Amino acid sequence: MSIRLHEIGKHFGRTQALEPIDLDIAEGELVGLLGPSGSGKTTLLRIIAGLETADNVAGARILFGERDVTHLHVRDRRIGFVFQHYALFRHMTVFDNVAFGLTVMPRKSRPSSGEIRSRVHRLLEMVKLEHMAHRYPAQLSGGQQQRVSLARALALRPDVLLLDEPFGALDAKVRQELRRWLRHLHDELNFTSLFVTHDQEEALELSDRVVVMSNGRIEQIDTPDELYRHPANRFVFEFLGDVNHLEGTVRDGVLTCGDASLAVDLEDGPEELLLRPHELELAPSATQHAHLPVCVTAISPVGAEVRVELEADWLGEPWLATVSHADYERLHLTRGTRLYAIPRRWHRFPDERTQQTAPTPETVS
Amino acid sequence: MQRIGDGVAVRRLLIGAAVVLAALFLLLPLVAIFAQAFARGIDVFWANVTNHYTLAAIQLTLFIAVLTIPVCLVFGVALAWLVTRFRFPGRRILQTLIDIPFAVSPVVAGLVYLLLYGRTGWLGSWLDGHDIQLMFAWPGILLVTIFVTCPFVARELIPLMQAQGSREEEAAVTLGAPGWTIFRRVTLPNIRWALLYGVILTNARAVGEFGAVSVVSGAIRGQTNTLPLHLEQLYQDYNTVGAFASASLLALIALLTLVAKAGLEWRAARREVHP
Amino acid sequence: MSSRSFAIGLGSTPKRVLPGFGLSLGISLTFVSLMLLLPMTGLFGQLAGLSLAEYWAIITNERVVASYVVTIGAAAVAAIVNAAFGLLLAWVLVRYTFPGKRLLDALMDLPFALPTAVAGITLATLYSSNGWMGQLLEPLGLQVAYTWVGIALAMSFTSIPFVVRTVQPVLEDMPNEMDEAALTLGASDFTGFRRVILPHLWPALVTGTGLAFVRSLGEFGAIIFIAGNMPYETEITALMIFVRLQEYDYAGASAIASVVLFVSLALLLAINIWQGRFIKRLHGGHG
Repeated sequence: MSIRLHEIGKHFGRTQALEPIDLDIAEGELVGLLGPSGSGKTTLLRIIAGLETADNVAGARILFGERDVTHLHVRDRRIGFVFQHYALFRHMTVFDNVAFGLTVMPRKSRPSSGEIRSRVHRLLEMVKLEHMAHRYPAQLSGGQQQRVSLARALALRPDVLLLDEPFGALDAKVRQELRRWLRHLHDELNFTSLFVTHDQEEALELSDRVVVMSNGRIEQIDTPDELYRHPANRFVFEFLGDVNHLEGTVRDGVLTCGDASLAVDLEDGPEELLLRPHELELAPSATQHAHLPVCVTAISPVGAEVRVELEADWLGEPWLATVSHADYERLHLTRGTRLYAIPRRWHRFPDERTQQTAPTPETVS
Repeated sequence: MQRIGDGVAVRRLLIGAAVVLAALFLLLPLVAIFAQAFARGIDVFWANVTNHYTLAAIQLTLFIAVLTIPVCLVFGVALAWLVTRFRFPGRRILQTLIDIPFAVSPVVAGLVYLLLYGRTGWLGSWLDGHDIQLMFAWPGILLVTIFVTCPFVARELIPLMQAQGSREEEAAVTLGAPGWTIFRRVTLPNIRWALLYGVILTNARAVGEFGAVSVVSGAIRGQTNTLPLHLEQLYQDYNTVGAFASASLLALIALLTLVAKAGLEWRAARREVHP
Repeated sequence: MSSRSFAIGLGSTPKRVLPGFGLSLGISLTFVSLMLLLPMTGLFGQLAGLSLAEYWAIITNERVVASYVVTIGAAAVAAIVNAAFGLLLAWVLVRYTFPGKRLLDALMDLPFALPTAVAGITLATLYSSNGWMGQLLEPLGLQVAYTWVGIALAMSFTSIPFVVRTVQPVLEDMPNEMDEAALTLGASDFTGFRRVILPHLWPALVTGTGLAFVRSLGEFGAIIFIAGNMPYETEITALMIFVRLQEYDYAGASAIASVVLFVSLALLLAINIWQGRFIKRLHGGHG
């Protein structure tokens, strides 16, 4: 079932938590709401669930398919909601937790107890916890509890599944596993899901589309791929990964900053360029276009690549570069090694005034 | 934010019920005390309060409270320090033991003291031989008052000191502070409000204790009558205004206790918001 | 009633870093021995003078047994009323904001702060035939003063804070997600309360009600004025002890007191153990 929001905003007292927002989510989509804390993403999710009420303005509408749920109470919206800290009922067994939604249905529409039992067992099978049915939540690990919570949310066969930082409280490894498993479940059962996260990796890995938010505004809505390649603005660019800054003045096609210089095809004036760590190359000598002398101050070989921290007099904040292990060995990097950074690519987002214009990622060399 | 029972009708109904019941059940008695005390005008009230026997009862009550508080304070602080700062065998048992006065009926508390220190008791008969009489005299009243009030200070301090842990004191030790200085400069500032509230509770209970005191006091008017015993006698003598005049003094102390508690809680809440 | 403490190995006593162990241990043990334990010896000394048959005869005396019935019956009624009333008060104080809330909250401690004798004469005066409440209730056929209803009322008054102050913090700490989870799953207010909130509060509610019951069993000052103290009808057990004392029947008083003492301590212990089990289930452990 599709979700359509129109003019949905929210004030808490005088502070505006959410500027009026329009958002369309297609049936069967898995959409991530990504943003730093305080960006309004959780508020938006809770408004869709009916746990918060949107500002009561004339045009405000929430539609599930053709059903207008704007003024429906949360208990009548037929959504599944998964909480960050699981929110399992601690005094009930796993079975009773999952069965809860079915057993509180009005007597007329409530399935028979036999049917409830078989439905709950099917759900527990799906989340691979059949053998835990009679345990209490306190006897389960965090990952297991979150799976129970998911089974509980799905028991009523909701059209819409909402997840509030579902993996936020779990450790990295379990998080990875649950992510893949949720994606699989989503594809299998084909409900419409919307989840909140502050982890860009999670959003990019899991979602069909990502809604990036900051300060109560939607900054960009796009597929993960588009988002990474064509960030709409500086905020999105910076939020999606590590960024190195190069500030200087352009004159006659050369940006200078202290004793560093870089050939750019830009008009004269002050400029700030943004560079991703993996778009930096390290070399023993400068090139014709780039003269960016740096000194290695820290090296950490993490996973598939090596993270190198770089400093120089002309730099305000240290830079970060990621190089392959092969390059790392070839260059004989150690702390104190002096060499040159050569950007393969850089980005710029001209100031607020002109932010609406298309971003201009460029390529050098 | 959606919560269970937040509907307007439900909310109004429950608040209404709670307020009406609390007003009838708790507030009305409080009002009645003062209404009865002043039923025949302020002059009669004043005459009753300044009556010789009433003054003697006030004096004895305050005397007992003044002696009880330091004893409970020293014991409460020592016990709280002991059970929250050290681990030793029997610690849990000690913590359970101090709850006994809460669970024991005040009449039973008075009785056990009477049995021990009364003339028939083994300690009492020995004391009697040395011409020391504890029962049916103020020392007996003091003893049972200490018995019923001794858990209050400790009960206020223990949860607080447990939550705070002993890191600050340990830091002070590493800085070379001697024991008494650690307590005075590090521990005391952290616990002073709980300590104050413990003292206020001790005081409220000490001036108001009835059951235990009535067993051991002998209730001799002008001599071993505390204020609660005095008001009982007046009430039994059908001197209602006199009884409620004394009662209003005790009710006033109770009110001050409530105000102090609200004040201390407000303070604590404010400190949580602005650390 | 007990504060939770962390598990420790008794054998592994590290060198004590903080000073004052000897002093605080000395003060505490001296006090506990002299003030709490030594007086108990008087009671057992007195009981030792009784044969088992004599003891049994005293504690099963018809009038005394009637006093047990009155005391336990009234305390049970008071505890049940307080469970409901206390739950209502705690709920309103935690969940809603309204003018006068601070005052209502402060009022909850009144029964603890007000001397029991003051509460006793006040309730007796209010509910007597010409008292403010008595005038209203008696035409309706409800006689409170000098009946067991009055005893239950006095017990309820003195012990209501136990329920409110035990339930209140638990309700405060209850995460809002519990409500929200129940609501997203379609529960009505009533079902949500009954199936999610009440079970959460259950340990605190039972503990508070249990404490209120124990307190009511021993209450004296607040009750004797309103009870009427008619033998076999409105005489409470604490008063029986007092009556025996005035008859200089120390053995009789001790025997009855030992029953009261035993029941109170046993109940207290039961509450603690039960609470411990419940907490274990909610916070881990296997079972």
